[in-house]
Amino acid sequence: MSLQSLDITRRSATTTPPPQQRQQQEVAKLIDVTKCIGCKACQSACQEWNDLREEVGINEGSYQNPHDLTENSWTLMRFAEHEQNGTLEWLIRKDGCMHCADPGCLKACPSPGAIIQYSNGIVDFQEEHCIGCGYCVAGCPFDVPRISKKDSKAYKCTLCSDRVSVGLEPACIKACPTQALVFGSKEDMIDHANDRIADLKERGYDQAGLYDPAGVGGTHVMYVLHHADQPQLYNDLPKEPAISPTVGLWKGVMKPLATAAMLFTALAGFFHYVTIGPNDAEDDEEHKA
Amino acid sequence: MKTTSPMGLIRRYTSAERANHWLTAITFMLLAFSGLALFHPSMFWFSQFFGGPVWTRILHPYIGVVMFLSFAGLALKFWHHNLISRNDVEWLKRIGDVIRNREDRLPEVGRYNAGQKLLFWTMIATIPTLLITGIIIWRPWFAGYFPIDVIRIAVLLHAVCAFVMISGIIVHIYAAIWIRGTVGAMVRGTVTRAWASKHHPGWYKRILQGGNKS
Repeated sequence: MSLQSLDITRRSATTTPPPQQRQQQEVAKLIDVTKCIGCKACQSACQEWNDLREEVGINEGSYQNPHDLTENSWTLMRFAEHEQNGTLEWLIRKDGCMHCADPGCLKACPSPGAIIQYSNGIVDFQEEHCIGCGYCVAGCPFDVPRISKKDSKAYKCTLCSDRVSVGLEPACIKACPTQALVFGSKEDMIDHANDRIADLKERGYDQAGLYDPAGVGGTHVMYVLHHADQPQLYNDLPKEPAISPTVGLWKGVMKPLATAAMLFTALAGFFHYVTIGPNDAEDDEEHKA
Repeated sequence: MKTTSPMGLIRRYTSAERANHWLTAITFMLLAFSGLALFHPSMFWFSQFFGGPVWTRILHPYIGVVMFLSFAGLALKFWHHNLISRNDVEWLKRIGDVIRNREDRLPEVGRYNAGQKLLFWTMIATIPTLLITGIIIWRPWFAGYFPIDVIRIAVLLHAVCAFVMISGIIVHIYAAIWIRGTVGAMVRGTVTRAWASKHHPGWYKRILQGGNKS
């Protein structure tokens, strides 16, 4: 949503600085997995605020519904049953865009301005500029963007950039009944998480910790996990997410070098012609018919 | 087929071969411009030739399939003229003489020189790879069936092959301008006797011996 324009940190497929005169405070959503009761109020609030409706699906023996993120479900409660030391733990993780500081989707996107990162850290898709190539899907380390079957545009969580821009918290935060979801400045959220982690450690969760992965420069959606040493327990939350090296090569080194090499090849031809010159058999006495 | 005309021109390509070449060339140009538009933002404006960026994304893969089929025709027709010989290795070693127009110092060239053969095999390697990787990343039709890791490799390989191919074709186009009289071979299908005897003496000898068209 094109509401903010003076505070853009990065803009897809753009080689000059975007309008970034205004610096906003970095925001973050903190998801405290240990407080989540799996009520899905956040899922409903997301659809409510964004005016989206998921299709009625089928039950496959899990509370998880729908089964995956879709172009209509930008957030999803993922349910995992984990047995350890004779106890069962129901690990429920609210999945969705992590709003990476170094967003793989934005790096991969070929369409200028289809993905932007605001200075508050929110990574937002501008669907009117989306061309439907799906490069963002390849770029994302968290498998988040979904291409709509209706319009071939990519959709994902906006972190309610429209609400945040007018001083409101995201809709999912507003709906959470247990304060498992909190929203504020990234700094405050880290402080809050540290208090929670200290509390969890006191209660026997030695490995409790904050999930703010450095491989993507940190994220603007963070988790408090009871098993921070094993994030993959929570429905395959990646342990060390980073932009894939193939995507890095493709959109990093290769993009400018290959462009320069093609230009150089064409120029080499031109300069060959004006220095050494053409090769004309008709000028050659020996070969004249 | 008659290989020589009253004016002393020698037939090098039939009308069907020329049409096949130019269908490949036109689809290649469309693919190169639409692909480059999505490769680097400095060339994004090429997407305007195709009716905007969304149309660029939609059209590119279909044009790709046409180019693949068209190129397959060329490959089947010309592969046996492009087998590498010992002379070709020698020719490549003397690339400096080639660039300086000192053809008298080169080993005898037949229907195609080593540079042309190398381009042929580059296309044989890149075009099918572009087709396969292109199908893997083709949205909305096929990309959904492949895991993200496969798509990531495909997207990189597609870009690498396209880069090699475009660079090769730039050389191909320049060589046709550089060696005067070459464009006519592909436009009207004929070359002069002087052209043949200077640039492709081995082929020219065979023509003189028995009107062997190949």
